[in-house]
This record gives sequence, C-alpha cells and structure tokens, in this order.
Amino acid sequence: MIQIRGLRKRYGSLEVLQGIDAQIPVGKVTAIVGPNAAGKTTLIKSILGLTRRDSGSIEIDSVKINGDETYRRKIGYMPQIARFPSNLTGGELLAMLRELRPDVPVIDDELLRNFGLGLELTKKLNDLSGGTKQKINAVAAFLFKPALLILDEPTAGLDPRSSRILKDKIVEEKTAGRTFIITSHVMAELEELADNVIFISEGKVRFSGSIEQIKRLTRQVNLERAVAELMEQGVAA
Amino acid sequence: MIREVAKPQVRNVLRSRWLMCYVAFFFLATEGLLRFTGEDVKTLLSLSNIVIFVVPLMTLVYGTVYLYNSREFIELLLAQPLKRRTVFAGLYLGLAIPLTAAFTAGISLPFIISGIDPTVRVALVTMLTGGSALTLIFTGIAFCVALHFEDKLTGLGAGLAIWLLMALVYDGALLLIVALFSDHSLEKSLLAASLANPIDLVRIALLLQFDISALMGYTGAVFNQFFSGAAGAMVIAAALTLWIGGPFGAGLVAFSRKDL
Repeated sequence: MIQIRGLRKRYGSLEVLQGIDAQIPVGKVTAIVGPNAAGKTTLIKSILGLTRRDSGSIEIDSVKINGDETYRRKIGYMPQIARFPSNLTGGELLAMLRELRPDVPVIDDELLRNFGLGLELTKKLNDLSGGTKQKINAVAAFLFKPALLILDEPTAGLDPRSSRILKDKIVEEKTAGRTFIITSHVMAELEELADNVIFISEGKVRFSGSIEQIKRLTRQVNLERAVAELMEQGVAA
Repeated sequence: MIREVAKPQVRNVLRSRWLMCYVAFFFLATEGLLRFTGEDVKTLLSLSNIVIFVVPLMTLVYGTVYLYNSREFIELLLAQPLKRRTVFAGLYLGLAIPLTAAFTAGISLPFIISGIDPTVRVALVTMLTGGSALTLIFTGIAFCVALHFEDKLTGLGAGLAIWLLMALVYDGALLLIVALFSDHSLEKSLLAASLANPIDLVRIALLLQFDISALMGYTGAVFNQFFSGAAGAMVIAAALTLWIGGPFGAGLVAFSRKDL
C-alpha cells in the first residue's frame, strides 16, 4: 500500500533521513522502531505531508503524494502529544474534525463508548488529565474508519484497561483490512500487535521484515532483545 | 473549509481569560476617560494614543504565543485532508476575529451606554477601523515571527523588538533625521516614511479627525500638507490594506513551506 523510495530529509547540517526504502503492506500492522533521534517521527511526518522531503518518493496505493491534500482522507493520525485548544471541549473538538470530513457519512465511535468518555466530552480539554486527552486523541484517529492509521506512541499515558481497549481495537480493525503504522517504545506491545518491523537507525533502514525474521536473525527470544541486539550491532559497526 | 477551521479557534480564543482582560482593559479605559474628561472628543483623543500602542503590542504578544501553543494542534489539522493555505487562513481568522471583536466591544460599549455625541461619530468609527486594521496587520506579523523562529522565547523577543521599533523608535529616528538634515527638503521622504509604518498611518488617520496638527508628530504634519480630506483617507486606507496583505501573504508562503 505504501511504497517509499530513496526518501531523504535534511535539517540544516543534519541529514535525518538518508535514503529510506520501505514497503508497508495493506492490512498489516507495521512497527517502526529504532533508537532515539533515528528519524522515526520524520518518516511518519513525511508520509503525512507535515514534513517536506528533499528527494525520493512516497506512493500510497500507487499514487505519488505530491502536495495534494486529498490522499489524507484515507489517513487517521494519532500524534504522540495530545495538545488541543485548551478552552474547547472534547465534544467540540470531535465535532470540528467531523465538519472537516463531510464526505464520511458514518463515523466509528466504538472507542468513545468503550472508553466511557461520555461525560468527559463536555469538559474543557484543559481540565482533562493527560490520559483522558490521549483517549480523545485515539478516538479522533479511528473516527472516520480510515484505510491507513498512523499511531505515534498510542498507549503512552493510558491505564492498562484503556490500553487494552485500544489494542483490541487495533487488532479488530486490522482484521477488517486496515493498515497500521505504529511507533512505540514498548517492544512487548509491538510484539503483540505488529506483523512487520522496520528498524531505522541514523536515517537508514537497517532491517525490514516480520517479527519472526528479526528474532531469527538476531537469535533472540523476543522483539525487545532482538531490537536491542540490532542496536548493539549498529554501535559496534 | 476555512470557516470550519476558524470557528473552533474563535470559540477557543473567546473563552480565554486573557481575552476577557483585553475587553475589560478597553472598556475601563474608555469608561474612565469618559467620566474623567466628560467629553467624547477628549476621550477619543486620549484613547487614540492608547489604541495605537496597546493593540499592536497585545496582538504581537498574544499572536506569537497562540501560534507556538497551537503547534501540536496545527499538526493534527494538517494531518486532515486540508490544504495548508486553508489551515493558515483558518488560524489567522480564528485569532483576528476575536481580537477585533474584543477591541471593538471594549471601546464602543461605554460610548453606547453613555450615548454618542453625533459630532464624534466619524472619529469613533475611524478609531474602530484603525484599531481593527492594526489587529489584522499585527496578527499577520506575529504569525510571520512565530513561523520564522523555532524557539518560543526568541519569537516573543522578536515580536517585542518589532513593536518597540515601530511604536517608539521609528518616530524618534525620523525626528532625529529631520533635525540633522534641517537644511534639506525632506517632505517627500517623510511622506514615504509615514506610509511605511502602519502605527504611524493609524495615528495620522485618527489625528486628522481632530484637526490638531500639533499632536500629529512630524510625519502627520507633513502628511496633512499633502493629503487632506477624502484623498488622505483613501491613501491611508490603501496603505493599510497593503499592510494587511503583506504580512498575511508572507506568513502564508512561510506556512506552506514549513516543516512541522
């Protein structure tokens, strides 16, 4: 579904992405992992069009993204930091997002119900806890039943119950054929959710394949140890 | 879609405590002056000096902080199927509309309550228009500043520096030039200089209403020589329109190219 070729991005003297080639298959959960400052966020932002690439191409469903905004109709995005206009209510925020996508007739408010957010939606966003804001953030990403969901640290700040609700939702929607790109610092969570792993370090893809493959390659028992091993090798090399 | 982006922003800003203070400030200043002077003309004259300093300052400060604080929300908006220029225009209107409304309400309410003297009606409208123009201009400048500097404090500092330069240093520098080159004919250059500073333009527009050239400053006096009546108003209006369009356009271009 997403084909990335030779993606480069430079901030001043720092080349954050040094020619990324990657494929993100339809109907699968792809985890993007790597050390801090490896370029994970920049890669995600390039797909979203928040960051302008210097060179290379990104194709979604065989259509190159080129500054036209319509492709984002297919995307639901859950940013890492949930900071919304402080004097609005959660309900007003969701209403605004709906008005921005008038072409989507039926919305998906399953998460809203499962999180039990009803009453919280009438309060000012500023008065809500970080966890509650993160729940609204998650609801917003799934609201329009997008074909592609990009979740940046989705369970950060969520309590175990809410975290489980969100993970169940991800599995459910994956089964329904949706594509996911997820970043997380919690490798156990990615091992539970992801089919494929893209390991990025210093702006390049160092590994791309299934969870099984990365474990076999590094001869480790779980994803966390496998990724740690790859990072060690990166330091040694 | 600009409307859909702007609407929640307007609502958000209207509910902020800061905006309440902004309304209260103009309301109390106007009401106080009306009571103290007992005259609409004197009140407007004193208000003129407050408006041309306070509106640019507050708009610059609030405008830059608003954009910095909206950073994550702007990312969320840009992840929606929206054009960058739509988001920019929505953010701009989302701030400029409540600021203009607050300023207009704060000044006009005391006049409405006490009954407006018909002779000052034009002067009052000029002040509301001039203040609104300054709000639009400095919202644009604030956005340009916030887009240019990544760091919030640096941006805020740059905003304050621009204000100091335009509101205070500019006139002083002109006066110095006039004093230094008193044997040259500087009228034309000064005329150009007054068009180049929106705060000066609004000051002149307001003081032309009161026909007190002594208070106009040097640029105002010169301007009065060249343009009086409708022609002067037209020139000022045209220059202010350019001043609104310039920073807005520059901000739009910067926003379209920006990596978020």
